[in-house]
Amino acid sequence: MLELKHISKTFNPGTVNEKKALDGVSLRLEAGDFATIVGSNGAGKSTLFHAIAGVFYVDQGSIALDGEDITFRPEYRRSRELGRLFQDPMKGTAPHMTIEENLALAYLRAGKPRNAYFSRITKQDKEFFRQQLALLGMGLEDRMRQPVGLLSGGQRQALTLLMATLVPPKLLLLDEHTAALDPATAEKVLALTRDIVARQHITCLMVTHNMRHALDLGNRTLMMDAGRIVLDLSGAERGGLTVEDLLSRFRAGAGKDLDNDRILLS
Amino acid sequence: MLYITQTALVLGFQYALVAMALFLSYRILDIADLTTDGCFVLGAAVSVTAAAAGRPILGIPLAMLAGACAGGVTAFLQTRLGVPSILAGIITNTGLYTVNLMVMGWKSNASLLREDTVFTLLRETGIGGGQYELLLSAVITILAGVLLVLFLGTRLGLSIRATGDNRDMVRASSINPTFTVTVGLCVANALTALSGAVVGQAQKTIDINSGTGIVVIGLACLIIGETVLGRRSVVKGAVAVVVGSVIYRFIYAVVFYTKIVPVDGLKLVTAVVVALAIAMPAIRQWAAFQRRKRAAAAGRREG
Repeated sequence: MLELKHISKTFNPGTVNEKKALDGVSLRLEAGDFATIVGSNGAGKSTLFHAIAGVFYVDQGSIALDGEDITFRPEYRRSRELGRLFQDPMKGTAPHMTIEENLALAYLRAGKPRNAYFSRITKQDKEFFRQQLALLGMGLEDRMRQPVGLLSGGQRQALTLLMATLVPPKLLLLDEHTAALDPATAEKVLALTRDIVARQHITCLMVTHNMRHALDLGNRTLMMDAGRIVLDLSGAERGGLTVEDLLSRFRAGAGKDLDNDRILLS
Repeated sequence: MLYITQTALVLGFQYALVAMALFLSYRILDIADLTTDGCFVLGAAVSVTAAAAGRPILGIPLAMLAGACAGGVTAFLQTRLGVPSILAGIITNTGLYTVNLMVMGWKSNASLLREDTVFTLLRETGIGGGQYELLLSAVITILAGVLLVLFLGTRLGLSIRATGDNRDMVRASSINPTFTVTVGLCVANALTALSGAVVGQAQKTIDINSGTGIVVIGLACLIIGETVLGRRSVVKGAVAVVVGSVIYRFIYAVVFYTKIVPVDGLKLVTAVVVALAIAMPAIRQWAAFQRRKRAAAAGRREG
């Protein structure tokens, strides 16, 4: 589904701040894969997501999504087939617009003809939004005409998750999307993520700093260090792994200890 | 008094379109669009020139088209060429001065004498009786307002609103912000030019400098309206600009006829009011901080 071939990105080349953020990363995700990513500070996890999403163009290498080369496709065009969640719950929704209007925006990606600029939210759309909101179990279906700015961070993140998957994307990118939430809310949003991804068979990449989640969620675990993927675990090899095993495997792969000041071991 | 009220209503409706344009560019898109001054004159110049050539009705859509083009230039400068948005407006505005002179046949003012305008055409039909000017101004503004509200409810309209509300989200939602900013500024400047077009034909005369300060006056109307009606929904916003504009023109008319303050002083008053209104959040914050400091100092003395 996703194929990265030797992608590299250097920021501020030729200056004292030169930083090789991605160093020849190759990765192949099959349809339905759910891979978690862990890594040190500045390992290039978010940079990898930005490269896939098209926030910048890579210096070298190619990116293909579902067999199509998207290496030079602009960010907004890629977004038709990508769902994205950020750590900051404020980033994914428009605060002064209502829940209904936000969902309508997300629905723009739907199969309707792209030129339907002047179409409006129909009764049918509203009913569909209401059903989908009800699945979140947060009572948002009764608040559809309220501005999103009135929601809590957890509610906003759940709404963003729904918006990203309302039209199932070919790939869902989750960048520590529960890290800014309180533990109980984070678990709730994570459970929703698991449900939605499983129900719609979405191919998914998730950055986390929670080692437990990295092993428990999905079917594959990637570890990054210094702009490279140093460890790629799946199947039986991943099955019986404990957090301690993971750390020692990282040491073996990267030649140093995992160094992340926000890492959660339990 | 009746005369003052009537003048205020007529001018209020006519200039409300500028405030409506700023509602779209400043409030919704969150862009301070300084194309407004030149664009207003452009609209007036095109419409008066068309009327002088015997095509008053055609002059109105032509003026809007010209305004949309001006907005397109500003949008192009800021979205494609990386010119900061305020500077982009100023650049277009400066260029428009020459364009406006050109439209007016390289004269700094133009007048209609016996030529028909949309207003005289309406008067001849007898519709609206003595209030034909008010009727036409109100119909045009209300129609524009209704269309704007309907437009902002469409998918494209929602995309434009989201662009001003959260740009991070917009890109992640497959909306091209370059496109939405361009459409938004084109529509806003078409409204500004429409205002100029209506005012130009109503007053039958136009001066190259008649747009100076229009953007600040428009902002004043926007703020007055929002103060009276609150700022929540799009519909409320569209009504608020009309109400604000009528109130502003009422104040203007009162000053004009009673000479409480010199009319020429009104722009300074307007500027101060707008600056204060926009500065209000900062002023409130400062006041709250001072209160806290005083409370803390009092606490220390007692403790």
